[in-house]
Amino acid sequence: MEKISTLTGPLVPLERSNVDTDQIIPAVFLKRVTKTGYDDALFHSWRQDPEFVLNQEPYKHGGVLVVGHDFGTGSSREHAVWALRDFGFTAVLGPRFGEIFRGNAGKQGLLVGQISDEAKEALWAVARANPGAEITVDLETRTATAGGVAHDFQIDDYTRWRLLEGLDDIALTLRDEDAIAAFEAKRPSWLPQTLPVERGAQ
Amino acid sequence: MGRTLAEKVWDDHVVVKGEDGAPDLIYIDLHLVHEVTSPQAFDGLRQAGRQLRRVDLTVATEDHNTPTLDIDKPIQDPTSRKQIETLRANAAEFGVRLHSLGDAEQGIVHLVGPQLGLTLPGVTVVCGDSHTSTHGAFGAMAFGIGTSEVEHVMATQTLPLKPFKTMAITVEGELRPGVTAKDIILAVIAKIGTGGGAGYVFEYRGSAIRALSIEGRMTICNMSIEAGARAGMVAPDETTFAYVKDKPHAPKGADWDAAVEHWKTLPTDDDAVFDAEVFIDASELEPFVTWGTNPGQGASLSASVPDPASFADPTERAAAERALEYMDLEPGRPLKTIPVDTVFIGSCTNSRMEDLTAAADIIRGKQKAEGVRVLVVPGSARVRLEAEAAGLDKVFTDFGAEWRFAGCSMCLGMNPDQLAPGERCASTSNRNFEGRQGKGGRTHLVSPLVAAATAIRGTLSSPWDLAQDAEVAAFATGEDA
Repeated sequence: MEKISTLTGPLVPLERSNVDTDQIIPAVFLKRVTKTGYDDALFHSWRQDPEFVLNQEPYKHGGVLVVGHDFGTGSSREHAVWALRDFGFTAVLGPRFGEIFRGNAGKQGLLVGQISDEAKEALWAVARANPGAEITVDLETRTATAGGVAHDFQIDDYTRWRLLEGLDDIALTLRDEDAIAAFEAKRPSWLPQTLPVERGAQ
Repeated sequence: MGRTLAEKVWDDHVVVKGEDGAPDLIYIDLHLVHEVTSPQAFDGLRQAGRQLRRVDLTVATEDHNTPTLDIDKPIQDPTSRKQIETLRANAAEFGVRLHSLGDAEQGIVHLVGPQLGLTLPGVTVVCGDSHTSTHGAFGAMAFGIGTSEVEHVMATQTLPLKPFKTMAITVEGELRPGVTAKDIILAVIAKIGTGGGAGYVFEYRGSAIRALSIEGRMTICNMSIEAGARAGMVAPDETTFAYVKDKPHAPKGADWDAAVEHWKTLPTDDDAVFDAEVFIDASELEPFVTWGTNPGQGASLSASVPDPASFADPTERAAAERALEYMDLEPGRPLKTIPVDTVFIGSCTNSRMEDLTAAADIIRGKQKAEGVRVLVVPGSARVRLEAEAAGLDKVFTDFGAEWRFAGCSMCLGMNPDQLAPGERCASTSNRNFEGRQGKGGRTHLVSPLVAAATAIRGTLSSPWDLAQDAEVAAFATGEDA
């Protein structure tokens, strides 16, 4: 994973709440077996509408998405993160997120920051007044600056550290290999195993 | 201070306690795998040259993409077929047990774990599917994960996780006839909203929860994610033990006794404190239905479509306006006057024997409303076999319904079972998002009883309406009802 410290790009306002992952990427695009190439699938239904924000010129190439509350709720599909990333988004800021979405984003280097309702409204107002305005997201200081105003955002310390360092989660965990093996040695013997296959009474 | 059920299960699985804000490393007892969220994870293992650490704690099935007709023929959609074939190749390469289409244990991943006796009280269960919360019905800590985490579990059998907050959802009182577990959970979600549970593990408690079967508890835990909670749990009790006993992989003999002894220590201590609490009076609940495009936008079936202007919160108001436009509904319209094109009985929420039996009891000897398509999709091949042994397939087909093979089916638009644009469906599934059941499709979430009554009357209805119809008919013919 690449290290992240400061991200700068167009401030893209998505003025909606409760944007579930089925809207971010419909299930029909989940049949692929790859991890890239989902840019065409992002917000597929909404992009049929020429008025949709991502169809407007300053927003066609991604940047930093500023969303309403409860973005990324519903399905666990990590494809939602891949699609945002493939479209060109590097960060998403909003007041509240679906938890699995937020976790997935952190694993894939998409910065998800929590901002206050006031900050969200202020950022949307910047985009309305000046479509295509730039925003700078500073992970070091946890601030997002647009229209000359800096807004604080929250991201948990651990995810921030991993993003700043560009660390791979699995490699980090494997440092605890001995602890995992020791834990496994103590597991109760009655816990089930999937193998060998048991064909018990039904 | 005492501990909650969730805290006990968590503590039992801490491999490394996180320090200075680092997450805890949690051991995973059971990893359920399906075709959609696993291919990129297997690829990741291959690229990194890693093994799948515990194939003996991993089991896979095919469910999301699979057709529910002609399952003996090649899957027609080439992308779906490729995804299924990729799972089969990956399972063979890494040595993962797989229940493929046509196998007696194939089915929706959240039915497979419980029916094999792999889902047990006090264990940790994960799957690349948000409805993994289903398994919490046994007192397991079970939650959905993304593909990066799937790969992480494959490689390490652990996950780095921040401790959750706990929320008690206490449902006291007796449900009225015709009101089910599904109505409880829809009412819970309407009460706390789609994001209200974010950061929490729910524990469902109270006399109404204790009175439910394991299958009813699974329905409730299944939809915890729809209120934003990653997991929902019910403390194990005699109902749980009786359900688990003698399942193929459940402990046997002395192991069984040891397991039960442990499970009896799991319920929340009397002096434990929850971070938040919600109360629901079960005796006041009515059959429930959603009118909007998220599972929190629901109301009693006897109510009317709400006026967006009645929402004080501007975001809620905007969301309601948008939902009504998508659903093509006008404020003030009684919900019971809404006609449907399709009735879907299935999904990991409501596709078990109890659900099918309840629906069959409503429709037995009746005919479906003209022009309504009725799809009945058992959640697993085993449920299908059991239902057929009980003669339920005949009840459904006599009624005019389609009796299908097991899978996720019309819960999500990934396989051939989809709504056409503009089509309206009463569905026992879990999500009424825009386009969830097919592009442009409109979904009303309901219980199996409401689905069955709706299939008879053609408009959103509950068994209470059927009883009323019978009274009216009897009055008209001068007979006693």
